[in-house]
Amino acid sequence: MAAMMDFKLSLPEASQNAQQVDIAFFSVLAISGVILLTLLVLLLIFIVRYRKGSRAKRGPLPEWLKREFELGWTSATIFLAIFIFWWFVGGSIFPPRAFPGQLEIHVVAKQWMWKTEHPDGAREIDALHLPVNTPVRLVMTSEDVIHSFFVPAFRLKQDVLPMITTELEFTPTELGTFHLFCAEYCGAQHSRMTGQITVMTQSQYARWLRLQPHGDSLVREGETLYAKFGCGACHAPTSRIQAPKLGGIAGQAVALQTGARVVADDAYLRRSITDPRADIVAGFTPIMPSYGAVATSSEVEALVAYVKALPKEEQQP
Amino acid sequence: MSETLSAIPDYLHDGTTLRSWLFTTDHKRIGILFALAITVFFFIGGTAISIVRLDLLTPAGDLVSDDTYNRLFTIHGIIMVWFFLIPSIPATLGNFLLPLMIGAEDLAFPRLNLLSWYLYMGGATFTVLTLILGGVDTGWTFYTPYSTMFANGAVLTAAAGVLISGFSSVLTGVNFIATTHALRAPGMTWFRLPLFVWSMYATSLVMVLATPVLAMTLVLVMAERWLGLPIFDPSRGGDPILFQHLFWFYSHPAVYIMILPAMGVVSELIACFARRRLFGYSFMVYALVAIAVIGFFVWGHHMFVSGQSAYANIVFSFLSFMVAVPSAIKVFNWTATLYRGSISFEAPMLYAFGFLGLFTVGGLTGLFLATVPIDIHVTDTYFVVAHFHYIMVGGSVCAYLGGLHFWWPKITGKLYPEAWARFAAILMFFGFNLTFFPQFVMGYLGMPRRYHVYPPEFQIYHVLSTSGAVVLGTAYFLPLAYLLGSLWWGRNAGINPWKAKGLEWQAPSPPPHKNFPVPPHVPDEPYDYHPKEGPLAEAAGDVS
Repeated sequence: MAAMMDFKLSLPEASQNAQQVDIAFFSVLAISGVILLTLLVLLLIFIVRYRKGSRAKRGPLPEWLKREFELGWTSATIFLAIFIFWWFVGGSIFPPRAFPGQLEIHVVAKQWMWKTEHPDGAREIDALHLPVNTPVRLVMTSEDVIHSFFVPAFRLKQDVLPMITTELEFTPTELGTFHLFCAEYCGAQHSRMTGQITVMTQSQYARWLRLQPHGDSLVREGETLYAKFGCGACHAPTSRIQAPKLGGIAGQAVALQTGARVVADDAYLRRSITDPRADIVAGFTPIMPSYGAVATSSEVEALVAYVKALPKEEQQP
Repeated sequence: MSETLSAIPDYLHDGTTLRSWLFTTDHKRIGILFALAITVFFFIGGTAISIVRLDLLTPAGDLVSDDTYNRLFTIHGIIMVWFFLIPSIPATLGNFLLPLMIGAEDLAFPRLNLLSWYLYMGGATFTVLTLILGGVDTGWTFYTPYSTMFANGAVLTAAAGVLISGFSSVLTGVNFIATTHALRAPGMTWFRLPLFVWSMYATSLVMVLATPVLAMTLVLVMAERWLGLPIFDPSRGGDPILFQHLFWFYSHPAVYIMILPAMGVVSELIACFARRRLFGYSFMVYALVAIAVIGFFVWGHHMFVSGQSAYANIVFSFLSFMVAVPSAIKVFNWTATLYRGSISFEAPMLYAFGFLGLFTVGGLTGLFLATVPIDIHVTDTYFVVAHFHYIMVGGSVCAYLGGLHFWWPKITGKLYPEAWARFAAILMFFGFNLTFFPQFVMGYLGMPRRYHVYPPEFQIYHVLSTSGAVVLGTAYFLPLAYLLGSLWWGRNAGINPWKAKGLEWQAPSPPPHKNFPVPPHVPDEPYDYHPKEGPLAEAAGDVS
């Protein structure tokens, strides 16, 4: 019972985004409150004034007056709906474009845990430490069913899908420890798939990071997988089998057999591993098998990280 | 009732054997059969969620296991949506009243109507047995790839039962559409139809057009789970999000299958107990049709966080705002109908007032969910749970009970005890708000839905909600008791105890097999509760 007295009525606004969501939430709340109150007051007036047996006047209403009212409140409602849409939805929902200096964290969800990995290879389970006031980009995937990464204090939620990556960008603005929930039902222990987001000062974060046992960084892990899957047999610069060279390819425009040009972003690299026949590079034959069923989602992420790290025209092993 | 008429037995006494009920083609008897079935299912679904609410009294979930918890809310969702709410008003009150209201002897296809009940009973019984004996833990939404590749339990058979009972919806819809087109009494033009009939017509259109999509989706789920065909499983090239598009393409219109009939019922109640023509009849009709049509194009608002493109989110958000407009217009019209009325407060009217308040809160919180940035925060939390319960329980169940009380004298020939009924209606309103209002607050604070264990700071809201549920449960048992009691002890109702307009009140109570001893003729608009306004009616004076 003592714990029950621990409740709060407000939620910390711990990201830049949180403030915007709250402004929208409380504005719509105010608008709704006014509408509801007006309606209740009208109801009450009518109920009292026109109760059976009261002496209020009850003549019929002229048709034109009714039509005016109908048109009036129909257009008012449409206007209000468009206003709320325009003000709080229009333009506000496009995620900002990635920019350098973002802290890129990889998140893998599985029944029933969250695994997170920092750029230098530090890993956590059901926890994520972040530096305050630093833009963060989460690159997320699931190893089994659909989960959803939900941090109420950041007012953010994004489904995490198997074999597909989704992203979430935000900047924590407040120090503290916040709930991480899985918000998409994912099976027996769905409600236990929770964790903690700890936002620290930048120096605390740097110190914390140093003290972590480091596994292989994502790039190192990718390097191992590159060797394990034998990618170099075709893709190494020295290979005699004809395959596109990968050094420095990330971010470059690639000419496709169809005549189209695409930018080799993360999504393109990922697709080229899991479904190589989707975009065939001009001048090459589609001989590469799909690794979609061989590599797990997190392995594909590691391979992408490795390919991105390959310098241009370097002699690969 | 004259001496000659009383020689014709009413539908309740036209054969008393079990056989005469199980092989009846009388729309009124089939309505009763549906009513009995949905009542049983309602209390099974209610029992399941009562255990859930008791369990949520403590943050650690001490009462049942994780697995049992998940199965219980799945039982609740599947039963309440498919076996209670969808058939609730259309298959019971609709079945009973539609032919009476348009002056027909029966529905257009009486035997199809009976088949509809058997399909429903077959599918529903099968699924409910599956849920209780086998257990399914996917929630009523069956999201893939969990439901097809990962869930243990009887997903296959549960889906098969829902699929079968879906055909019942389609047949009822076809029947209602044909009846409304073909069997209207002389003089009953389209714009003389009571709004309840219009709401049945709009609902039927949605049932006929949307339910096949559900059938297709469930067949695909079964194909993947049973035969292993890769459709939604991404590790074999399937698309798990495709399921959500298909599912919500049915399930969002399904919300309108649940709420449009309620709007129809409430229109009848308010006009009768305010003794007033409905304000803006034709606008009410257009609003019903607009909701039914626009309702097909808003499904994507369930998927704002699914990874769907930001452009799709914008479009679905805009359309969701648009579907709110006709609902708002209806609320304004009901309120304006009270103006210059002569309002009395019998139990059905109290339910209608309850509907008006709760549906408005449900509708307004829909604006929050249509606003993408807010939805991202509150979707999949208790905010959404509260929102749709305000619509489906506060709205639909309130209207169903209001309608049941209103037409009880016609259905049974008996009067229910008014004081008890008013008490139950008021108790329900308070119990409902105590149950679901705290859920808005904890949803905003971040409490996710479908959580068995939860952080202790949410406990106070769960305790409030559970105590509300106790009150709400009591308010549901009361009508069960006194309505059944009135069958034995109720006073005879007479033909028209409310002095209501509408053809159903011209038939005897309870009506005989072919409804009207003398075929009715309709000379005028519905809701003829006061003199019609002429061109010279005074406009000035009386400013309220």
